[in-house]
Amino acid sequence: MSNGLSSPWVHLGHLDDLWFQIAGTLCNLRCHHCFISCSPTNHSFGYLSLETVRRRLEESVALGVKEYYFTGGEPFLNPEMVPILEETLRYGPATVLTNATVLKEAWLQRLAAVERQSLYSLEFRVSIDGYSPETNDPIRGEGTFRRAMEGTRLLVQFGFLPIITIARTWPEEQDHDIRERFRRVLSEAGYERPRVKILPTLLLGAEVERSRGYAEHEQVTAQMMEEFDTGKLVCEHSRIVTDRGVHVCPILIDAPDSLLAENLADSLRPFQMSHGACYTCYQYGAICSNATQSGG
Amino acid sequence: MPAFRAACLGGIYNNYLALEAALRDAHRQGVDAIYCLGDLGAFGPHPDRVFPLIHDHGVRCVQGNYDDSIGYGLNDCQCGYTDPRDNHFAQISYDYTFANTSANNRCWLKHLPQEIRFEACGQKVLLCHGSPRRTNEFLWESTTSTHFLEYLVKEADADVILATHSGIKWKRALSRDRLFANVGVLGRPENDGHTHVWYALLEMKSDAPPEIQFVPVEYDQRRLAREMREEKLPEEFVETILTGWWTTCLEILPAKERRRGRF
Repeated sequence: MSNGLSSPWVHLGHLDDLWFQIAGTLCNLRCHHCFISCSPTNHSFGYLSLETVRRRLEESVALGVKEYYFTGGEPFLNPEMVPILEETLRYGPATVLTNATVLKEAWLQRLAAVERQSLYSLEFRVSIDGYSPETNDPIRGEGTFRRAMEGTRLLVQFGFLPIITIARTWPEEQDHDIRERFRRVLSEAGYERPRVKILPTLLLGAEVERSRGYAEHEQVTAQMMEEFDTGKLVCEHSRIVTDRGVHVCPILIDAPDSLLAENLADSLRPFQMSHGACYTCYQYGAICSNATQSGG
Repeated sequence: MPAFRAACLGGIYNNYLALEAALRDAHRQGVDAIYCLGDLGAFGPHPDRVFPLIHDHGVRCVQGNYDDSIGYGLNDCQCGYTDPRDNHFAQISYDYTFANTSANNRCWLKHLPQEIRFEACGQKVLLCHGSPRRTNEFLWESTTSTHFLEYLVKEADADVILATHSGIKWKRALSRDRLFANVGVLGRPENDGHTHVWYALLEMKSDAPPEIQFVPVEYDQRRLAREMREEKLPEEFVETILTGWWTTCLEILPAKERRRGRF
C-alpha cells in the first residue's frame, strides 16, 4: 500500500474543517462500497459523546476552525446527535453526512428551529447511490432507496435542502445523464431544487471486494506535487476526531499512521501522502467538501 | 485624521450603469476615497465601458480572480464554481468578457494589486477580493464561523477586512472593535427578489469603532437587460437582472443563502 520514502508530505495550511467520526463505524446499513466497512456490527470506532464534542468545539475556537462536519457510520444512530448539532450551531456551520433512513420528525423539527435561530447553516448530505431501487439497492441494501427518499422528503418538508451525494459506480462519461436522472427523480418526489454531488469511490474497505483496491502505481509522488495547489487536499485543511484521538482525514481513519495526536493542537503536524486514497483525493480534490461536484 | 469615509464597491461584472449610479451616490455622500474590490468583468455587457469610469473617478482597485484571468489570458474565470451547469454559464460570461476587453484594459487588469492596505483613524484596513488568503475564496455569512474571522484579522494584522466575491453582502463585528464585511456586488442583485444592487460605506472615526453601512443602488436595469440581449448574453442572466433572483451559479450557495432565493 505504501512506498513510504518518496511520498510527499503535506503541511496543514489552516484547520478550516473539523470532522467528527460521531457514530464511529456503526451503521444500520452495510453498503458494498463503504471505504471503512461500516455496519451494524463494526465496533472498530465507537460513538463520540456530547461531552467529547463540546471539548473539541471549545478547543477549536482558538484554532479558528471555519466549519464542522459529522460522519460515521450513520450519525443519527448516536443517541446524542440532535443535542450535538444544537451545540455545534452555537460555534459555527455544521454539515452532517447521513443515509437518511433513520431520521425522525421530532429531531428534524428541533433542528430546523435551532438552525433558524443560528447564524449558521445546517447542511445535510444524504447518500443515495442510484436513482431507482434497481440501481441503488444492490449497493446499499434492500429497501434503502425507498427509505432514503422518504428521509429526503422529510428533510425537505422541514425546510432543509439536502445535498444528495452519489458514489460513482459507473463510467465517468455517464455523470451528466445520471445527475439529470437523479434531479428528475428527486423533483418528482417533491424536492424542487435538488442539490446533487457525485463522488468518486475510494478503493478501500468493502469497495475492494466490490471493485478493486489501489494498484501499486496509484500513489502521489513528489513530482506530482510540483505546482499543485495543495489546498485541494483534505489533509491540508482538515482533521477528524474519533474515539481514539485526532486523525488526519475522514478517509484514512483505519490506517494506523492517520492517528496524529490526542488533541487538536498537537494534530496540526504534516502528513505523508503514502496511501492509495491520497491518489483519489489528489485526482478529484475537495471530495469531502460540500461543493456539489468534486473540483479539479 | 479624525474621520474617514470610503465607498467600497464589490464586483462590477460589466454593469457600468450600476457603477455610474454608485459613483454618483458616493460623491453625494462626500466620501474621502473610492475602492473597488475586484471582478470588473463578468455577466453584463460591454466590459470596456467600466474602465473610463474607474479611471475618471480615481477608483483604486484590487485584482479579483476575473481580473487576473482576463489580464493573463487564462482559459476560465477561476470563480471556483464546482457544478457543471454553473461552470457552463460562467464560461459563456467569461468568453464574452475576454473577447470584448481591449488589450490596454487587459494589461491594466494584469497589474492590479491582490490587496490594498491603508490606515485611517489609527486602524488598519485590508481590502481583498475573496479573502486575505485566497482571491477566490467564498466567504458566506452562514458558513463562516466568527472565530475563523478572528483568525483572519489576526493573521492579516488588520482591524478591518473587506471582501466581495460571493455576491451577497454581510458583516460581523469582531473582538476589540474589529470588523469583517463582505461588501456585496454592483454587478447583479443579491438573490432576494429586488433589482437594486449594493455597495458599502466604510466609516471610521478616531473615537469610535469602524462601521459599515450598506447602500442600495438603483440603476436603469431595463437598459442593461436590453443591452445584454443585444449582445446575445444568456436569457438566464437577463432574468436575474430584471427579477432579482439568481438563475445560475446557485450550487455554490450554502443552505441558508440558497433558501432565501427562488431557485
